[in-house]
Amino acid sequence: MARIVAGVATSHIPAVGAAWDNGKTAEPYWRPVFEGFERSKEWIAKLKPDVCIVAYNDHMSAFSLEIVPTFAVGCAAEFPIADEGWGPRKVPPVKGHPELASHIVQSVILDEFDLTIVNKMEVDHGLTVPLTLMFGQPAEWPCPIVPLAVNVVVYPVPTGNRCYMLGRAIRKAVESFDQDLRVVIFGTGGMSHQLQGPRAGLINREFDTRFLDNLTKDPQALVGISHLEYLREAGSEAIELVMWLIMRGALDDEVKEVHRFYHVPASNTALGHVIFENAAR
Amino acid sequence: MPLPKQYDDLPGTIVFDADRARQGYHLNMFCMSMMKPENRAAFKANERAYLDQWPMTEEQKQVILKRDWNGMLALGGNIYFTAKLAATDGLSFQQIAAIMTGSTQQEYAQMMIKGGRPIEGNRSKSEWKRRG
Repeated sequence: MARIVAGVATSHIPAVGAAWDNGKTAEPYWRPVFEGFERSKEWIAKLKPDVCIVAYNDHMSAFSLEIVPTFAVGCAAEFPIADEGWGPRKVPPVKGHPELASHIVQSVILDEFDLTIVNKMEVDHGLTVPLTLMFGQPAEWPCPIVPLAVNVVVYPVPTGNRCYMLGRAIRKAVESFDQDLRVVIFGTGGMSHQLQGPRAGLINREFDTRFLDNLTKDPQALVGISHLEYLREAGSEAIELVMWLIMRGALDDEVKEVHRFYHVPASNTALGHVIFENAAR
Repeated sequence: MPLPKQYDDLPGTIVFDADRARQGYHLNMFCMSMMKPENRAAFKANERAYLDQWPMTEEQKQVILKRDWNGMLALGGNIYFTAKLAATDGLSFQQIAAIMTGSTQQEYAQMMIKGGRPIEGNRSKSEWKRRG
C-alpha cells in the first residue's frame, strides 16, 4: 500500500529559480534564502520519497484563457519545461507517475471531486522552483512527480476548505494504491505577496506567522479564510496559500513540524517554507 | 443579477475574474504568444503590425505599445500574462512591480528589503482616500 509520509510547503518564486540558474545563490541577497533550505535538502535526501505529488499553479504557461481547469492532474509520463518568455529553465524534464496519477483521478473523481485529466502539459516555475529548492540541480529529478495544477489565477478560485477536502481525498486515493510507495505531498506558492498594481509589494508578516502556526496545530482555523481576506490581508497573489491546504489535508490531523523557514523579501514575496511528518511515517 | 464583488474595495488591486478574463482575452492571448521565440522576434521587429493581428481594442493596443502596465490590467490584462511581455522586454516581476507602484527600482527594492509594503493603511480604498 502507498502512504503519504510527509508534507512540504514552499513558495515558488520565479526569481529564486533565476537566482539558482544564474549562479547567484552565494550573493548576499540570495544566500539567506538558499540557506533556509539546506536542512530541507538533507531531510528529503534522507527520506528518499518514491513519488512526490506537487500542488502548484500553472502561471498561464501550459494552460491559457482558452480553458481554465480548477484542479488538473498530470497523468503523462513526462512533462517538458515551459518557456515563460525568457527561454525554458535549464532543469531536467519532470518524469511523471502515470499509474499513480490515473489511480488518483479514478479514486478522487468517484469521491466527487471533478478533476481534469491532463495527458500533455508543460510545467513552469510553479512546479520546478520547489523541486530546485528541495533537490538542488541533479542531472535527473530523484523521483517521479504527480503534478496537480490548481487554478488560483482566474477568480473564482477554489476555496480553502475545498482544497483541504481535496487533500483528504488524495490521501484516501494514495492509501488505496497497491504499490508500496512512500509519497511526499507538496503545497506551493505564497506567502503574502502582491505582484500587480499600485499596491504591489504588500507583505503581512503577522498574517503569515499565524498561518504557519495554525497550519501545524489547527488547520481547521485556516480552511474558512475567505478569498476577500487573503486578497485584503495578504495581497492579491497570496491566494496561492489555498494550495498549502491541499497538502495539509492529505496529512494526519496531528503532525510533527520538522522545519520552518520564513524570509522577507525574495523579490516581491514573503518566502515561507515548512516541513511536516506524519507521526507513523 | 451578478453577484456583488466585495473585492472592488481593495485599493490598487484588480481582481482577475471571469468578467475580466473575457474583456482581456485577446490582450492576454497576445501576451501568451510571447512564449515562442519566433513570435518575440516578430513582435520586436514591428510591434504595431504584430498587434494588428489580434482583435483587440485600439485602447488595448495603445497601452501595450506604451508599456502602460497598470493600463493593461485596467483593460482586462492579468499579471501572469503581462509578465510574459515584460520578460520579452527583459524586465523581471520586480521591475514591472516597481513601475506599477510609481517607484524607482531602487525605492521599490529598498521597500521590500525593509519588509515590504505594510498592511496598515492599505486595506481599503477609503484608507487610501483619507491619505490623499
